[in-house]
Amino acid sequence: MLLNSIQAWTSNAISSKDKSSMIKFSHLKVLLFLVCLYPFIFMLWGFFTHQLGANPIDTVTRLSGLWALRFLLITLCVTPLRWLTGFNQLVRFRRMLGLFAFFYATVHMLLYLGLDQFFDWSEIWRDIVKRPFITVGFINFVALLPLVATSTNKMVKRLGGRRWKKLHRLTYFVAAAACLHFLMLVKADIREPVIYIIILTGLLGVRLLHAGRHKQLSRQ
Amino acid sequence: MFIKRRKSWDLPESEVTDYQVYKSRRQFLNTAISVGLASALPSVGLAKPLDELKVYDTLKKSQFSTEEEKTTFEAITTYNNFYEFGTSKEAPSLYATEFPDESEPWRVEIDGECENPGVFDYDALVKPFTLEERIYRMRCVEGWSMVIPWIGFPLGELLKQARPTSRAKYVEFTTLYDPEQMPGQRRDVLEWPYVEGLRIDEAMHPLTILSVGLYGKELLGQNGAPIRLVVPWKYGFKSIKSIVRIRFVEKMPHTAWVKANSSEYGFYSNVNPDVDHPRWSQRKERRIGEFLKRDTLMFNGYGDDVAELYTGMDLKRYF
Repeated sequence: MLLNSIQAWTSNAISSKDKSSMIKFSHLKVLLFLVCLYPFIFMLWGFFTHQLGANPIDTVTRLSGLWALRFLLITLCVTPLRWLTGFNQLVRFRRMLGLFAFFYATVHMLLYLGLDQFFDWSEIWRDIVKRPFITVGFINFVALLPLVATSTNKMVKRLGGRRWKKLHRLTYFVAAAACLHFLMLVKADIREPVIYIIILTGLLGVRLLHAGRHKQLSRQ
Repeated sequence: MFIKRRKSWDLPESEVTDYQVYKSRRQFLNTAISVGLASALPSVGLAKPLDELKVYDTLKKSQFSTEEEKTTFEAITTYNNFYEFGTSKEAPSLYATEFPDESEPWRVEIDGECENPGVFDYDALVKPFTLEERIYRMRCVEGWSMVIPWIGFPLGELLKQARPTSRAKYVEFTTLYDPEQMPGQRRDVLEWPYVEGLRIDEAMHPLTILSVGLYGKELLGQNGAPIRLVVPWKYGFKSIKSIVRIRFVEKMPHTAWVKANSSEYGFYSNVNPDVDHPRWSQRKERRIGEFLKRDTLMFNGYGDDVAELYTGMDLKRYF
């Protein structure tokens, strides 16, 4: 099913003859793009109007990380929403959502490298090796790279739907590790990371259930 | 020792931010950080206007004060760790606006291993002592720091009055427990009430003070009103806020953060760039208001005064 939709998505994107629906989608995509960019604008605006508190660098670092995690989870909502609504075209938005997760993760990483460590590479290396939550964050960022590299239509085609799908299961790992990274940096109040963990568990659980039912159906 | 005045400002104009402006900034930030999640918090009432705070003048200057540039009043009063009011940095300034309830007199109990225990009203407790201004560095375990002009008096002077016995090896401090006034205590983030402790010689050290104000004014709720501890060579969480009990004890007190996570927080918690916290390197710190980080100093730069307290101790072990 996922495979079908990917094929539908790619063929649609590459050679859709339905001009009117394409225009509609492109409008929606522009709108979605702006919505996704909003947290970033909000951070920039808050930063330069001194509204991010006494420790603005810490605030933007936390916010960018939070939005990276949020976009990962939003991306993982697409498929269950499709099952729920039957509106398969939703998958057309998924790539943008995923790339925004990467965008915020990159901002997060750059803030850490630049404004926390001031590109002091030996110190950064010590940090990655010594501090488990930094280790997890770093692995996480690296794990995003193959996903981004294979996000173009060309790459989907080159890999073939099945292999692409297999590779992109890495998203589950990245989302789980992102939750762990968040949980590990919290001092005592684990409420917020736990909320994200519950959401992720739900999103992965739905997939397991769906896969189980699919198997049953195909057996019958 | 203080005169209540309405219009007097000790602050330079540049350091004064209108209360409503900084309230709205806090709100902005709170929304920014918790959009949609964990934001079911009550709306905020009007704060006590800053010019109604008690003003302390005629403060004795102290040789222990640093010459370093002071952190702004706004930052000191809006960037706080005071989990009794919530775990975000903004929560205390948002939810401690009415704290402490003025209709109830604040009392401090002094008991344990001493010959002269008692329960003291706040005014009676503070009255015998000459208030001083102590401009201290404050280093948080999270890797940031401030320079704060405290108002207070040496804790040792108060402790001496209680006449501790020879069995008084440690001093234990307790924060108020009142979930009505302190909404953060409605959740078990830490074990309430918050407890801190010092070895008796640390408590008697002239650098250790009880503070009742900062920047020439009485303390705001978020800074630990009406009376709090300040131990400048230790990480900030040792400087317990809103104290209701001071107890002389023979055994090392079980302090709040040690109970929460003893592998990460030790009883001593002296500022030490060579002992990393698992989640933060302690080698550097960001001074609030500064862009670049600075090196963290052993004992937060107070080594000349306090290092002798720890001669012969392995500070990597007793962190």
